[in-house]
Order: sequence, then C-alpha cells, then structure tokens
Amino acid sequence: MAAASPTPVGSLRGYQRHMIPILEIVLFAVFAAAPIVLQDYMTVFVTRVIILALLALSFDLAWGYSGIMSFGQALFFGAAGYGVALLARDLQMTSAFIVLPAALVIGLGLSLAIGAFLLLGRHPPTTIFVALGTLAGSYVADRLARDWYYLGGQNGIPSIPPMTAGGYEFAEGPAYYYLALTVLVIVYLVCRFVVRSQFGLALAGVREHEARIAFLGYEAQHMKLAMFSLAGAVAGLAGGLYAFHEGFVWPNMLGVVVSTQIVLYALFGGVGTLIGPVIGVMAIEIASFSLSDSVPKIWPIVLGLLLLFAILFAPAGLIGLVASERERLGDFGRPPLQPRQADAMPDDAAA
Amino acid sequence: MPLLEVRGLIKVFGRLVALGGVDLAIGENEFHGLIGPNGSGKSTLMKCVAGAEVPTAGTIRFAGQDITAATPAKRARSGLTLKFQITSVFPGLTVYDNVLLAVQARSSTAGLVFSRTRVALHDRVMRLLERFQLAQRCAERAAALSHGQQQWLEIAVALACQPRLLLLDEPTAGMSLEERRITGELLMPIKRDCSLLIVEHDLDFIRNICDFLTVLDHGNIIDSGTVSHIQNSRKVREVYHIRA
Repeated sequence: MAAASPTPVGSLRGYQRHMIPILEIVLFAVFAAAPIVLQDYMTVFVTRVIILALLALSFDLAWGYSGIMSFGQALFFGAAGYGVALLARDLQMTSAFIVLPAALVIGLGLSLAIGAFLLLGRHPPTTIFVALGTLAGSYVADRLARDWYYLGGQNGIPSIPPMTAGGYEFAEGPAYYYLALTVLVIVYLVCRFVVRSQFGLALAGVREHEARIAFLGYEAQHMKLAMFSLAGAVAGLAGGLYAFHEGFVWPNMLGVVVSTQIVLYALFGGVGTLIGPVIGVMAIEIASFSLSDSVPKIWPIVLGLLLLFAILFAPAGLIGLVASERERLGDFGRPPLQPRQADAMPDDAAA
Repeated sequence: MPLLEVRGLIKVFGRLVALGGVDLAIGENEFHGLIGPNGSGKSTLMKCVAGAEVPTAGTIRFAGQDITAATPAKRARSGLTLKFQITSVFPGLTVYDNVLLAVQARSSTAGLVFSRTRVALHDRVMRLLERFQLAQRCAERAAALSHGQQQWLEIAVALACQPRLLLLDEPTAGMSLEERRITGELLMPIKRDCSLLIVEHDLDFIRNICDFLTVLDHGNIIDSGTVSHIQNSRKVREVYHIRA
C-alpha cells in the first residue's frame, strides 16, 4: 500500500472526497441505459465486459483488499463455467436458480480448498508463494481440461442451451445483459458492504501491517482465507454467466492467459477500490474493441505499452487520477472533527 | 499463582545463546521492569512471551495456561499484548481507526462483517484517544503524527486490547524529556487494570514506575527484586560498571 497522506479530513473539497460514489453512480447509470441506446451486437459486447468486470472484482477482493496475489482467478472462473456446462449438458439443468448458485458454490469450494492449502501453513506464506501456487493451479487445470475427454478436450463443451427462469429464456442481448448487470450490482453492493464494515477495517490492518495485527488478536490468515473464498465465489459466478452467455466453454477459460489478463485489467483500473477494476475492464475492452479492427497489428503492442506505463507510473491505476489517496484508502470509524462534539456525531456509518 | 510464569526459557539463534534459561514471574497489577545492557536478551524475552519468537526450550504459562506454543493471536486474545520496540502503528489508517482496530479485535467475525459493535465501541475509542492527547488528531493518518505521538498511539492501541499483561518494549525510545515525563504519567493509572512488563534504557523512568526489576546480562538473569534491592545490588553495579 502506498504511503499515507497527512492531509487532514477537512482540507479536501466536498466533491474531491466523494469522487468514488460519483463515479459509481455515473457508471452504473450508463450501464443501465446502455441497451436502450446500443445496437444488439454492442449489447452482447458490453455483457461480456460486465462479466469480465465481475472477474476483475474477484481479483480485487483477493489482492486489493486482502493482499493475496492470485494469478489463479481463471481457475475458479473456468471451473464454474465447466460445472454449469456439465449441468446443462448431462442433467439438462439450465434454471438460473440452480446454475448460478451452483457456479457460486463451485468457485467458493475450490477457492476454499486451494486457499486453505496455500494460506494456512505454519508460517504466513510469502506473496510469491501464493502467486506461483495459484498460477500453477490455473495452468494444471487448463492442461487437465485439454486432455480430459469427458470435458471435451481441446474443443471444450459446445452448444450450451440458454439459461432459463421458469419458462423464460435469457437470450443473448438485452435480457442476458440485464441479468448480468443485476448480478454485478448485487455482488458490488455485497462487496461494498463487506469492505466498508469493521471486517473491512481488519482487512485494512492486514494490508497495512500483517505481522503486527496478529498481536492485536486477529487471525490474519483466516481472514485472508475468508476473502479468498469470497473472491473465488465471485469468479465462479462470473464463470457461470460467461458459459451461458457464450454458449460454450473451453480450456482457455481456466488458464493462465485469462488469469493474467484479469490481473492487468484490475491493476490498470486501480485495485483497492471496487470501482477501479470495473473501469479497468471497460477501458481496455472498449479500446481493444475499437482499435483491434482498425490497427490489428500494432494494437497488442500499444496495449502492452499502455499497461506497462500504467503499472510503472500510475500504480494506483486510472482511479488514482480522479480519486484522492485518502478517499481510496477510506475511513471506517468516521471520527468527529471536534472531539467535544463526539456525542452529537453519529459514528455508525461507513466512510 | 503469578499471572505470567516463565520457566527455564532458552532461545538460541544459530550459535548465539540469546536467553540461557530465564525464570520470571509477574503477579497481578505488578509493574515489572526488565533492564540490562544492549544485547542482554531483554527484547528477545519479550518477543518469546508475546509469541513473536518461538523459544528453543522452556515453558511460558499465562493465567494458569501453558501458552508456549500458542500463536500471537491466541496470546493476545487471552490478554497478553505487546508494544514493539520499533514503532509499528498502521500508518495509512487514521488515528481513530488504529484504536478502533484494536478495540474491536475480540468481536466475532459475524459481528465485524455486520459492524455490530462500531457504535458501542466509539466511546471507548474516544476515551483512549483523549487520555493519550490524540483526540484532536483522530481524523489524521497515523503516519502524520510525530514520533512521540506515534509511541503514545501504539500504547493506546495496546491498551485498547484490554490486556491483563502489557509488554512494552522501550516505550520512550526517541522521546524528548517532556514526552518521557508525560508517558510516565500516562502509564501509572493503568496499574488498576493490568500488569506491566517493560523494557527501558532510561533507568530514572523505569525506577519511577516499576515495583520490581529484573536485570539481564548475556541472556541470564543476574538479579531480581524491588527497585531499592536492585539499586543496592553489587552484581548489577558490576554489570553497569558503577563504582561502589
């Protein structure tokens, strides 16, 4: 985490202290209105962006809020995608009320098992150990899927029927878009609730000084495991949505390319805030969509340089350009400015 | 039965014997000072008691329980809190949140997630901040405080855990004379609530607040007793090269 700012709370202008809520409202209003103004093929594209935003959020929960460098979020994403694809193919289960909870549970269970293995050793694991462990998990799952006939091998599982709710089919387009957006909004609000709670303060303590917080009585590794599992559940949910949106799953969904891609998206937007990774996914996907057709040969180079530049010179990501460090770090107790007014000031609201 | 009972504690780093079989007992509401030259093993003993270092041999009992193999978090929850020698506040958090973090440490996970205790704990946080003269700066980042204020914040954080035994490793290091005097005044009232094991190089400071002193040299206890006993101890004078 970056060095703290000594700026007192009163010295920022009102709008500067509330840039993140303003961005959240504007962004979700734009998302809500998008299908009304966009053509259907663009709606399909933005649906994919929303699902990837969920995956980027899951990485943010792991790294930005819990200090777990996970290069394996695609493992939970892909495993849940394969899981719901098998439910649809083998058991003809396509109900959103079954497949979405199933995707969530697959992501949760797998991340809990892998997280327990990586995080609950006798000594706290190093960042590089966890990064390599999750990367290895993602790589192994990719290879396993490619060589497993039951999972369709290299070709994956094609022709997944549409997701349903009662007699209604969520076809590609506005219907699926609003389903994905609803899931994103719910997940976002749940994450916002968690990271701004007293538990969020404990996580902030872990990020700030993990060795110290144990001496206050916190089991830092258990808290990290809880957040890693939540992140896995969100990645699983994204995988379930992605599988039904694309209509097929394939080994790349589990592999290191998607895992790394989502790390870069989140870092580009700015980890440690929930809105940063969503902005990162939007910015890169929209730029890719616009430029990959017009300048297909040089676009990957431009993208690579852009990400490198952002990581080297703007480590707080795009969100760091508009929101102050103080706002990004946040307050949890909301202390009164004048201690004598303590009794008159409510302190139960999150910052 | 003493609150803390250390028996035959040995700590070896490679070929260096940092503690060579230390015995120590601290009673309820006792202020116990640990003194000795640099490298005598004071901080290592503190770290072993708090769980920051694993002893090579020996036992540590706290409130009747064997905590030799317990994690630092378990020790902290049982009422044993350490203030490190090097200032280690949470620099990016506000002064208020530093104390809240410690005050809420014994809340359940569900209580933390649903922020059930935030309102109830507010008064405790503010009382501690006022006691340590930090209430006016509660909204600032801890990194913005002076060194002395960060030391006070850390003592406030340690007390916020409601310890039965507070371990203070050089709480006045780097402080001005005035800050040391204030620190002494701040520590005296806590005697009502907990015991104290304190490592300090400022002998005047430690004489003023402690009931008992233990003197370490080369990892072994050379004398232990009341302040007046230690002041008249020939062995201690030899260690500190004081001529009788």
